[in-house]
Amino acid sequence: MYRLQRDESDLAMMKAFEVSNEDFSSAGTASSKIKKILRQIGMDAGVIRRIAIATYEAEINVAIHSNGGHIEVYIKSDKVDIYVEDTGPGIADINLAMQKGYSTATKEIRELGFGAGMGLPNMEKCCDDFYIESVVDEYTAIKMTFNL
Amino acid sequence: MMVGEKMEKYWHSVILDNDYCNGCTNCLSRCPTQAIRVIDGKAKIMKERCIDCGECLKICHFHAKGTLSDGLEAIHQFKYKVAIPGISIYGQFPAEYDIEDVFQGIYKLGFDLVYDTAYAADVLTKFQNQLLKEPFIEKPIISTYCPAITRLIQIRYPSLIDNITRLESPMEVAARLVKKQLMEEKGLSFDEIGVFYISQCPATITSIKQPLGLEKSFIDGGISLESIYSKLLKIIVKGERLYPTVQKASGNGVGWGMVGGQSFGLDTEKYLAVDGIEEVIRVLDKMELGKLPEIDFFEGYACVTGCSGGVLNVENPFMAKARIRIKSAELPKYNPNLIDETIKREDLEWDVEMEPRSILKLDSDFKVALSKMSKLEELAQKLPGIDCGACGAPTCRALAEDIVMNRAAITDCLVLGKFNRRRQKKSKTEV
Ligand SMILES: Nc1ncnc2c1ncn2[C@@H]1O[C@H](COP(=O)(O)OP(=O)(O)O)[C@@H](O)[C@H]1O
Ligand code: SF4
Ligand SMILES: [Mg+2]
Repeated sequence: MYRLQRDESDLAMMKAFEVSNEDFSSAGTASSKIKKILRQIGMDAGVIRRIAIATYEAEINVAIHSNGGHIEVYIKSDKVDIYVEDTGPGIADINLAMQKGYSTATKEIRELGFGAGMGLPNMEKCCDDFYIESVVDEYTAIKMTFNL
Repeated sequence: MMVGEKMEKYWHSVILDNDYCNGCTNCLSRCPTQAIRVIDGKAKIMKERCIDCGECLKICHFHAKGTLSDGLEAIHQFKYKVAIPGISIYGQFPAEYDIEDVFQGIYKLGFDLVYDTAYAADVLTKFQNQLLKEPFIEKPIISTYCPAITRLIQIRYPSLIDNITRLESPMEVAARLVKKQLMEEKGLSFDEIGVFYISQCPATITSIKQPLGLEKSFIDGGISLESIYSKLLKIIVKGERLYPTVQKASGNGVGWGMVGGQSFGLDTEKYLAVDGIEEVIRVLDKMELGKLPEIDFFEGYACVTGCSGGVLNVENPFMAKARIRIKSAELPKYNPNLIDETIKREDLEWDVEMEPRSILKLDSDFKVALSKMSKLEELAQKLPGIDCGACGAPTCRALAEDIVMNRAAITDCLVLGKFNRRRQKKSKTEV
């Protein structure tokens, strides 16, 4: 489901990945594929690392907190836009969710090694421009921009 | 022969023997950098991608792959001949032999001096512990001991290069220490001394020819243990001591012959020791994402069990590891106060900046690379996605890449036509 307006100006390549909420063991596949593509394009290693961290956190959030969604990567000559959209519970208090260490993850999820409450803050830290909107019981949508 | 051979930009020591290769695809999917293609029925290695981990050598049922190494005769080019056996040699001979028996045997192969590389590991432990205490050092510190892993990082994890320790590996340190000592004590010139590494793997042999972070290695050649093993067994005489004693490492230094040995001597429990290249890749993926905040030191090995599992070794890796563990426990404990005080850390560091090896790039021009990437994506969609290897590439995606790079054509896919027909039939019946 598209929630955010796409900016297609100067678009060189777009790549979309489904993220399911069923299989935790495959969580991380989308971000590692994205990393490989960016490496092949020859992007700066530091930028690739920031994008990899941010998309990994986004992917995990979709997998553990939502009912599933997608990640879309828009590669342009001077920047990369990443859209992450899901359907699910949404986030009631975004300011609270953005705080370091805040997490509603269940005990089971913590036992799997997720739920440190650092995902959203890290995403914001890694990108140059961060936008998030959410409607409770409907969706969460995030746009991250990385300047090259 | 290797000594004196001319250098290329990407030299590597794993080689293929066309006569034995029957074009099977076993090695294709085992290669961690997707460096192998089967072309005209024979496997070929893309040399700029090979990290000499030896995975393909281990899987090949036809023994079609080998290692470029020096023969024993190469030592005679030097006035003074020194052997530095890889630390894993401690686990390579039956328990009835004392390790000193083995070292004395190596003298008899024609060497003037045999030097215990495990002692260099003891020296390194002292400085690794110092590094760990430095406040501003990038953590986790990544060990350079397994050169295949260092090269893997250059290719696949360039953002982790700053975490690689500047300390050299034990073999390089041993060569430096022994050359310095001989020049001082015997008045020999640098070039008169030939230092030969008795090697357990192609990755270390490559590092002699093409060192990482060094202008030139202090080691002059690499001889595979496998190639001298039976000769050694014949000339070793139990209990015979005709030459100066070699063994001087602590149990800790000897432990470097297996996974975990390095970390064991550190003043921290916050270490991670991983063996087997697939597992190392998994851990490095996590590390690159910043997911290992609790780890201060990382040792990773291409081979299962660590260097005991090197392909140029002879003994079963697990047996060898057990022997090293036993030997390590028998020897005196590591004592930093016994390390030669005149050795300075700067003397053990590499000196040339380690560059990323960005050979996965489709093009050096970003725009061109982008358009090639779009084409690659399009092709990858078209191909069956079953990674059968019949085209000679390890995965369908790798074939797509080869097509974009003009190394292959879409007609190389033997499955495509058939596959689409079957898929169509299926969807018709589904309707
Ligand atoms: N896609 C999402 N859908 C619903 N809730 C989310 C989503 N992403 C984050 N949240 C909420 O925000 C909180 C903080 O997220 P984050 O910082 O990634 O920490 P963590 O995932 O470790 O809990 C989560 O615990 C969850 O309550
Ligand atoms: S683990 Fe040891 S034997 Fe194996 S490739 Fe690395 S250095 Fe060589
Ligand atoms: Mg999270």
